[in-house]
Amino acid sequence: MVKTRKIEESVFKVLMIASITLVLCVLAGILIVIVMRGASSLNLAMFTQTPEGGYYLGKGGGIANAIVGSLYLAFGASLLSFLFGLPIAFALQKEYLGRRLARMTRLSLDILWGTPSIVYGAFGFIIMVYLGLRASLLGGIITLSLLMLPIMIRSIEEVIRMTPPELKEISYALGTTRMETTLTVVLRQALPGIVTGVLLAFGRGIGDAASILFTAGYTDYIPRSLFDPVASLPLAVFFQVATPIPEVQQRAYASALILLIIVLLISLGSRLLSHRCSKHIVR
Amino acid sequence: MLSHFIIKANIRWKRPKEMVWRRVKDQLAAKSMILAVAFANSIALLIALGLFIKSIPILEKKSIFHLLLSSSWHPLKGEFGFYPFIIGTLEVTTIAMILAVPVCLLSAIYLSEYAHHRFREFARVIIDIMAGIPSVIYGLWGVIVVVPFVRALGKVLDTPTTGYSLLAGGIILAIMVSPIIISVSVEVLRTVPIQARETALALGTTKWEAIKHVVLRSALHGILSAIVLGFARAFGETIAVLMIVGNVPKVPTSIFGPAYPLPALLANNYGEMMSIPLYNSALLLSALILLLIVSAFNITAHLTLMRIEKR
Repeated sequence: MVKTRKIEESVFKVLMIASITLVLCVLAGILIVIVMRGASSLNLAMFTQTPEGGYYLGKGGGIANAIVGSLYLAFGASLLSFLFGLPIAFALQKEYLGRRLARMTRLSLDILWGTPSIVYGAFGFIIMVYLGLRASLLGGIITLSLLMLPIMIRSIEEVIRMTPPELKEISYALGTTRMETTLTVVLRQALPGIVTGVLLAFGRGIGDAASILFTAGYTDYIPRSLFDPVASLPLAVFFQVATPIPEVQQRAYASALILLIIVLLISLGSRLLSHRCSKHIVR
Repeated sequence: MLSHFIIKANIRWKRPKEMVWRRVKDQLAAKSMILAVAFANSIALLIALGLFIKSIPILEKKSIFHLLLSSSWHPLKGEFGFYPFIIGTLEVTTIAMILAVPVCLLSAIYLSEYAHHRFREFARVIIDIMAGIPSVIYGLWGVIVVVPFVRALGKVLDTPTTGYSLLAGGIILAIMVSPIIISVSVEVLRTVPIQARETALALGTTKWEAIKHVVLRSALHGILSAIVLGFARAFGETIAVLMIVGNVPKVPTSIFGPAYPLPALLANNYGEMMSIPLYNSALLLSALILLLIVSAFNITAHLTLMRIEKR
């Protein structure tokens, strides 16, 4: 009897270790395959040149248009959603909204977080048709910033909520208004959260393809104004891998590698930066 | 340390006039913040409303039941049956969940109950990274690795397939949803008080029995929410699935056959959207259906998780 119980425990332990190993191996597999395939077709021209004539038939050129385009889109959208997101994250404190309304807002943000990006794409498309915009940098930025907003607010707000209430009360006891306390004490406490939130949203935005498929378009040129269509890395991967020409597919692998490197760098950067910013935090 | 902050709070004692001004500033800031919150709260409704208005033309022509249950998809003839797409989405998501749930739960239990805390931290970082990988890269990996694998598997099992199939889509989706299932489950398992485990252990159970009878039972709702969240994520995933699932608008007959999930339909046809009047409307209706289903799952899961958090 005791023996079977012990055996059950060991069987499950083996299964568990096998499962976690499987998960880690799959991730390693993804990274290794993308790096190997991508590295072999990566060269300097990929970074510096825009596609030349016949690029999609395997002739010369690079994906500078997509790299620059993706950065434009992600920077623009991060800025826009930060401008809206930070006040909203602050407002979720109980001094402003009260517990009930704050809880409701959190729930609605969580739902937005889970909304498929293709739905954002379709909605962005409707707005653009309504405003008379064509697929453009501006359209892409608006759609992406809607997608980023819940991610940014929720991760900033998680950290704001960790602010010790005593700290705020000390500040209030000195006669500050809510806004003064928010902008001096809470802002400083929330700094690591703000950094992580912005970078998390940036990373999510730069890798998202479905939402900008309708709204940003695709072009071989680097956009000169907000109303030009813009290329992006995820769509570069998506379009290039669908062609039957091996050279172009190679470039899809290289584009994917560039995208992966950007995303990993951002994730690494957010860890380092938030660690740095948390030096002056009171816990 | 605290004095540092108090000095930074920079409070000035000045004339009453200034006091009034400070109050006004505070009120203005609070009001505009609340306006911003109202905006954030209305986004979800705005999206639903916008999609609904755009799908009115098709809803006027055909009944919703006809649209959902007809399997004839011929946009040129004006026939829009979503049945194959809905079934395709459900099947690919179900395959993903069957593959992902056992592995994820076992991993989560290991991380929460057995693993050294250093390894848990390490795994958390790895899982965060996994969650941050763009879906197009998962899709590309699917094309490079999973599709040939499924093709080879088909050959072994004597069912010829191109590899672009339900099974390939399911495998990729399973990988994509595991970070969310694992991380939410670990969090839920950690909320079970340590005393609950100790009580069971004191009664002479093995560690696994304590987990099985006590920890898992009290974390059950949270774990179900984690699974539902994963399901919702898989249901709406677009690009990766689109790249490997084959995209043939028929009700799938075998897991080695192609399917055509709802998000893929939407993404694939955006170019032609405008040319046929009802087509546009039908596609936006499919976006609305997608939004409603995914939101319904997400609301249930988050409400449950909130209740657990409050405890």
